[in-house]
Amino acid sequence: MNAARGFARPAMTHRDVLTVLAARRADRVVVSTMGSVGLWPALSDTPLDFAYLPSSMGQGVPLGLGLALATGRGVVVLSGDGSLLMNLGCLVTVANHPAPLTVLLFDNGLYEVTGGQAVAGAGRTDFAGLARAAGIARVYAFADLPTWTAGVDEVFAGAGPAFVWLKVEGEYGKKTPTAPRPMAEQITRLRGALLDPSP
Amino acid sequence: MNTPVRHIEAAGFTHVVWIPDSTLGPWEAALSASPNLQLIRPCREGEALGVAAGLMLGGARPLAVLQCTGLFEAGDALRNVVHDLHLPLKLLVGVRGYVAHRKGQSNDNCPAFTEPVLDAWRVPYTLVPPDDDGAFAAAVRDLAAAPDARALLLAE
Repeated sequence: MNAARGFARPAMTHRDVLTVLAARRADRVVVSTMGSVGLWPALSDTPLDFAYLPSSMGQGVPLGLGLALATGRGVVVLSGDGSLLMNLGCLVTVANHPAPLTVLLFDNGLYEVTGGQAVAGAGRTDFAGLARAAGIARVYAFADLPTWTAGVDEVFAGAGPAFVWLKVEGEYGKKTPTAPRPMAEQITRLRGALLDPSP
Repeated sequence: MNTPVRHIEAAGFTHVVWIPDSTLGPWEAALSASPNLQLIRPCREGEALGVAAGLMLGGARPLAVLQCTGLFEAGDALRNVVHDLHLPLKLLVGVRGYVAHRKGQSNDNCPAFTEPVLDAWRVPYTLVPPDDDGAFAAAVRDLAAAPDARALLLAE
């Protein structure tokens, strides 16, 4: 156990987490960012999957919040720790707006897509504590696949925003992700799906 | 009701994503009370533009209201929303010290940079003088109707 973080050595990968999510996300919009863009399309590539790339790093959570506020639809944002650290104030904003937004925070301690440099505070930052202190009422932390698999339904069962701290293994040498299709096409697909009343 | 807020409502905006300055701040009560506008309070201006982008993706018509100093901070978010996502972002930017600057009565450098920054990010803008209700109303109407990203600069 790493006492500073409250986590043992990570026992799950980013892909493990996303595989569970793909089976449980139902009809929620999933906004992927940075490293998640390289993994998520292989697991789910529907019009409700929005690869936020090209992006402005750190803006995935605000974008997801706006989308949830505009539509009232469940939105899941897949954020890295480096991205969230660029925009920690967004946790306060999320806490103050009762939107159906779920933030999945993938904490690998690395800027993975730039080659694996350590993020500020790697190994010490208590992201769940930050989210709670920001005022988010539903905060979860998972560091292994069995507990994440067992807990994911509770994450999605509650009302209002939720924050999920997921400790995952850092991976080195990954290719810079690319979006599965041009942004204009993604936006057209997403808007079409949001307007479609069929399940 | 506060007149600028009435004009923002009439133009068809649905949300105001807002970080006040001393000129925009007095609009708070009217923004909060508006039955037609949802007021969103982010913590930083770049974040405000991210929220606005999500609102637009979801079919809403947000107006981001901020001071020019926040515009300077929000550069990468602005670039992304306007030039990567190609969303018709609408900005209302208070230009701190503009009037005094024009009179040579202020050393505030904000007015010197606001228009060049918008030019650099290729965002067209209209400058409205303070306390000109008619000009403000027309400019907000034009801002809302424009099919592309635009800014309204409010001289302070």
